[in-house]
Amino acid sequence: MKTNDLILQTVTKVVLFIILVFAVFILNAGHHSPGGGFVGGLLTTSAFVLLSLAFGMETVQKAVPVNFRHVMALGLSIAFLCGIGATVLQYPFLTHAFGYVHLPLLGETELTTALIFDIGVYLTVTGATMTAILTIGEDR
Amino acid sequence: MNNVIVFPVIVPLLTGILLIFLKERVGVQRVLSAAGLFLSTGIALFLVRQVPAEGIQTLAAGNWPAPFGIVFVADMFAVLLILTTHLVGLACLFFSFRGIGEGRERHYYYPLFLFLVGGVCGAFLTGDAFNLFVFFEVLLIASYALIALGGTRRQLRESLKYVVVNVVSSTLFLISLGFLYAVTGTLNMADLSVKVADSGQPGVLTALSVLFLVVFAIKAALFPLYFWLPDSYAAPPTPVAALFAGLLTKVGVYAIFRFFTLIFVNDTPFTHTMILIFAAVTMVIGVIGAVGSENVKHILAYNVISAVGLILTGLGFYNDAGVTGAVLYLVHDMIIKACLFLLGGVIVGIAGTEKLAHMGGLIKKHPQLGWLFFTAAMSLAGIPPLSGFVGKVLLLQGGIQASSYWVVGLSLLVSLLILFSVMRIFIYGVWGEERFPAGKKMRGDGALLAPAAFLVVLSVAIGLGAEGVYPYISLAGEQLMDPSLYIESVNVKE
Repeated sequence: MKTNDLILQTVTKVVLFIILVFAVFILNAGHHSPGGGFVGGLLTTSAFVLLSLAFGMETVQKAVPVNFRHVMALGLSIAFLCGIGATVLQYPFLTHAFGYVHLPLLGETELTTALIFDIGVYLTVTGATMTAILTIGEDR
Repeated sequence: MNNVIVFPVIVPLLTGILLIFLKERVGVQRVLSAAGLFLSTGIALFLVRQVPAEGIQTLAAGNWPAPFGIVFVADMFAVLLILTTHLVGLACLFFSFRGIGEGRERHYYYPLFLFLVGGVCGAFLTGDAFNLFVFFEVLLIASYALIALGGTRRQLRESLKYVVVNVVSSTLFLISLGFLYAVTGTLNMADLSVKVADSGQPGVLTALSVLFLVVFAIKAALFPLYFWLPDSYAAPPTPVAALFAGLLTKVGVYAIFRFFTLIFVNDTPFTHTMILIFAAVTMVIGVIGAVGSENVKHILAYNVISAVGLILTGLGFYNDAGVTGAVLYLVHDMIIKACLFLLGGVIVGIAGTEKLAHMGGLIKKHPQLGWLFFTAAMSLAGIPPLSGFVGKVLLLQGGIQASSYWVVGLSLLVSLLILFSVMRIFIYGVWGEERFPAGKKMRGDGALLAPAAFLVVLSVAIGLGAEGVYPYISLAGEQLMDPSLYIESVNVKE
């Protein structure tokens, strides 16, 4: 029997983007207020989980056509290379740098290499949790 | 500052990460994993040359000074173990090329393998108690996946037990770290050493030290917490079992050494006597298991337990000769246990059974295998020209200096029984009537035996070249017995 998911599907279409934007906000906020790569990644996953509850697993794979294992590996390599970058510049492993840059639209912005590391964490968490959910979900 | 010391950790981990992208390309995975391990073996070799020349090397990760950030400390003990880890890792890797099967290779076998090696090296290098916990988890999670990879019935059953035991011990580790942090207010090992010494070791610290001993005893399979080991080391495929036997329990042994030569050294009459008693009992229990078992893999696994006991007696004696002997015996044991597990796996593979009673006559078709096993067994028992001998002599010397004659007597008796237990494999499995299914041939015999032969050669070289190896080992012993060297190198700022 097919249940009628109209309300869930309609709400999902709107809420999905709110969650995704919030995830990016949380990822960027991590340096000065609660948040960071880990929660950001979990939030992203929760958005995709909502999508899969409303539209099914196949829709998630169609909407986000990436191999989440590769996302995980990509995140790990970003975090790692961020640490190794410091050693190339003759600083101890994992040394971070920060500076203030004038960006168009955003104005005076604090940019840190810790954000690159956090993006690595974000991708790893997203990739790992999505891999877990998709692998368990596939076998029915 | 010396970035080189973290590269034996980074190179395997980074190679493992890259291999995740190459899931389907098994050939590329093999080449890259071998290249990565060779590279970091080279770095480990470089470190082994550098540390005696320039003293203990440290690196403050992220450029934060010692008690605030995480430090990596490469003293002689850690560096020797890292080199041994890489050599054992290389042997197991080359064995895997022929011995693991393509199905497993396609399912992230090599990334997990490299994560395990990287985690082990990280645990050896770190100078921070919580970071030690993290690296323990890195290597344990890789080992959970490796023990279950392939999904046979037996592997699943044993991996469940293995995971439960290790999750319990990891939780206990975390709780102990919480207590330790509450009492001392620091987790940096050098800083801990200073603070614990200043506090004059009140009762709560002695209690904590026992808690840590329990945690690491589960990881290292010390009596009475060894019960999980024999079955879980018999379940996984040969190269994985060899890697476990060579590396995993040894990380627990390393952690016990680090904690009880650096941090908890102010109440030795209590703590080190306790270690000595448990180590002696472990030695005996392990060898009883080895002698009593009829299963090749169980015999070898019980020998792992027995060796852990023998190594820790050196810490129990707590004098120069004892600790130096323990370091040498630890290095020897990592090499020879991996070697015996590889050879045992080949024997079981040819015979098609693990039961001694159903084996026999292997030497007619496979003379190289037979004699390699014989040499490895002799080295395990500590027969003079081979590597087990020198370590055991030093351990016995330490025992005599500490006037623990009963332990010395016991360890001699245990050596005899170890020899008996492995000779049973040789006599029943290798000698006698040929009992194998007719015409059964092992494919790629040479490719499987070469890594084990490499380890045997290494063991012989350590035995014959003991004169050349000894300065490194004794330096490791010196640095372990004098915590102030470690503390000065870390240069803790208050």
